Amino acid sequence: MQFHEACLPNGLQVIAEINSSVYSVGVAFVVRTGARDETLDVSGVSHFLEHMAFKGNEKFSADDVNRIFDEVGAKYNAATAEDITVYYAVMLPEYLEPTFELLAALIQPSLRVDDFEMEKKVIIEEIGMYDDQPTFVAYEKAMQLHYARHPLGQSILGTKESITALTAEQMKTYHSARYGAGNVLLVATGNAPWDQIQSLAEKYCAHWAPGMPGRQVHEHISRGGVEQIVRESSQQQHLMQMTMAPAARHPLRNAAELLSVIVGDDSGSRLFWELVDPGHVETAELAYQEFDGSGVFRLFFNGTPETTEENLARVQRVFDDINTNGVTSEELHIAKSKLLSRIVLSGERPMGRLDSLGTHWLYRGAYHSLKQDLDLIRSVTVEQIRDLLTEFPLRQLSTVSVGPRGDLDLG
Amino acid sequence: MSASEPLIEQFDNGLTVLIEPMADVQSAAFSLLVPAGSVYDPADQAGCASVLADMITRGAGDLDSAGIMSALDSLGLQRSEGAERQHLAFNGATLAENLLPALEIYADVLQCPHLPEEEFEPSVAGAVQSLLAMDDEPRQKVMLELRRRAYPAPWGQPSEGSLAGLELLSCDTVHTHFERFVRPNGAILGIAGNVDPKVLIQQLRELFAGWASKDVPEIELGERGPFRDHIPHESTQTQIGIAFDSIPYRHPDYYQAWAAVSVLSGGSSSRLFTEVREKRGLCYSVYASLTSTRDIARVLCYAGTSSDRAQETLDVTLGELDRIKLGIELEEVRRCQARAKSSLIMQQESSSSRSGSLAHDYYHLGRVVSLPEIRQRIEALTPDSILGYLAQNPPRDYTILTLGPQPLEIPHAVS
Repeated sequence: MQFHEACLPNGLQVIAEINSSVYSVGVAFVVRTGARDETLDVSGVSHFLEHMAFKGNEKFSADDVNRIFDEVGAKYNAATAEDITVYYAVMLPEYLEPTFELLAALIQPSLRVDDFEMEKKVIIEEIGMYDDQPTFVAYEKAMQLHYARHPLGQSILGTKESITALTAEQMKTYHSARYGAGNVLLVATGNAPWDQIQSLAEKYCAHWAPGMPGRQVHEHISRGGVEQIVRESSQQQHLMQMTMAPAARHPLRNAAELLSVIVGDDSGSRLFWELVDPGHVETAELAYQEFDGSGVFRLFFNGTPETTEENLARVQRVFDDINTNGVTSEELHIAKSKLLSRIVLSGERPMGRLDSLGTHWLYRGAYHSLKQDLDLIRSVTVEQIRDLLTEFPLRQLSTVSVGPRGDLDLG
Repeated sequence: MSASEPLIEQFDNGLTVLIEPMADVQSAAFSLLVPAGSVYDPADQAGCASVLADMITRGAGDLDSAGIMSALDSLGLQRSEGAERQHLAFNGATLAENLLPALEIYADVLQCPHLPEEEFEPSVAGAVQSLLAMDDEPRQKVMLELRRRAYPAPWGQPSEGSLAGLELLSCDTVHTHFERFVRPNGAILGIAGNVDPKVLIQQLRELFAGWASKDVPEIELGERGPFRDHIPHESTQTQIGIAFDSIPYRHPDYYQAWAAVSVLSGGSSSRLFTEVREKRGLCYSVYASLTSTRDIARVLCYAGTSSDRAQETLDVTLGELDRIKLGIELEEVRRCQARAKSSLIMQQESSSSRSGSLAHDYYHLGRVVSLPEIRQRIEALTPDSILGYLAQNPPRDYTILTLGPQPLEIPHAVS
């Protein structure tokens, strides 16, 4: 695999990892923007804009976009998160140019008013769909609670009210501010020559307006809290908890990744043996989530409503033991085996490498080869996990519950 | 396409092993299907296979439950196991050199599991939790209930079982299920990845030689559910499920049926996405999918929308299903072909995809279909060939299920 990088005069950064032994090519435009970059009067605009991208530009209509992606057999999609919006496609090498042209067109959409009003209905349906999913409701509310008065607490979808009130003009203003070429990263992986990637970038992206708006990045000292959302028809009580963890550039981020596997992987972890194996809950997991300038450990479990307090006490016992005694070298060894195997397996496909390359570059400004990724995981020690727990002890800091009970005794 | 030919061997005890070498990956994956799934559950103890699938890895050979978990985790095996309708399915992927040690553990799991009495209650408790969790996800629930109504029992029953069934289930029944149904004859082990098939097959022969074959049980078909139904549910959206008959994977016309569903729902330029979502903004998610057991197939369609727009969503969706037999454009077929071709080629980058396909093909067809053969069949599709199929098998006799605050009106014209 060979790594290349370039920067167009307008500021667009281009990185590529070329691998001629695979069958496909992956291309992604990663925009450093998301819900955290919105002002409250346009809540949900980043995600709505991501939908509007697929409505095309002056050259391609919405129907053209849907049709051409299917004609070339591309696998493509887009996603909006708190601090990143990504558009990607994976295709056979022979279709690289038409797919690339279309993907580049998405980044500079026309935002036609009739398309805008039609898509608004779809967004409102999406909000309704997520509203019926307790896990999602718990996640969104937990982010709001944990990141109270911090941009990372802002909703990705927005609300039915904020989306209804949003205008195409407001979206255009947001797009001009956030989609400057200097705020976009082009990532390519897989079976395509670097020359071709460079020339496609020049052909289809060189005319983009420059612009590098940046963002306010500051760590958030969460005060935590509790929120109980009553859903009487729900069969289970769904619990989401957050506590502080290393930010994306923190040297202990790999230790945090491994700690989350040891404590909260979906099998064989401390929480698995304490909660899932005995059948106390359906799922129990602890995930490490990194952001620009911040990070969280996110705990989730769902179980019978009446046993919620007992399960929370079990979680606390696991946390207390880890905070006091750390992890064993055997546990760390097993967690590394799991994580290394995941990285290798996902790295076998250009789709898997896109994500890894984009994230490293955007969060840390660096390229990591697959081997470097593996070496970083291998190098984590029991002592580093001890240091991590000293700085970021596992706590039940911000708690959101969704389910039939609103009277939980949460201490 | 230059896929290597798989090695196929059936051992004396009836276990079939399929191995496809992949030189360009470092990983290897397996898909192990054992014909002891939920269709063999006793009628009053639905959930038996699901509990067995959980208990069977809680101790086997020299290892206890924690020992198995820790050994598999040390091998970096990404895995899943569970009861499907026909099979207990065990899937795993890891670095190629760790494949054999992982399969050694599964050989014990299948041939000498402990199935300890004390693990029965926790397994049942976990199965109950899974059923309750599914009940809280309306999108999942409507499709599960749609399937129950559209397929005859036991093929329509959820493989997870039922709360009532789990309540009556005993540990003895789980043991009996293991003794009667977990067998090598009819079991399939698909493997793909950076392995040497000739060496591996030798090792597998030794691992599974002691596994004795058993009688093949019969499955009696029961009733299907009602064609029209509504499940009251307090929710923001109304979930709509529609099903109709189709033909199974091994039918000679399967690719015609597949293409018809693909014109309806394969990709963003497909008809359901265009008419229901893009032109009318009626929903975020709408799709149709061709599902198949070995002998019975149904197309299952889904749409989820605000309750006040649910009637229109149902009407438009049914309209598209009815309209497909009237005409298909050449461009629509070309797009299906392009998407299928690229999926086939990209499948060769993933050992998990290939091992799953090998086992799936062998179960349905009794052979492995080569990628060039699938490509040839896809390239042979034309609007006329698909319309010819639809003339004989038009979407009709819809099963319609809604889940939400209010039932909907079913148009009179719908048969």
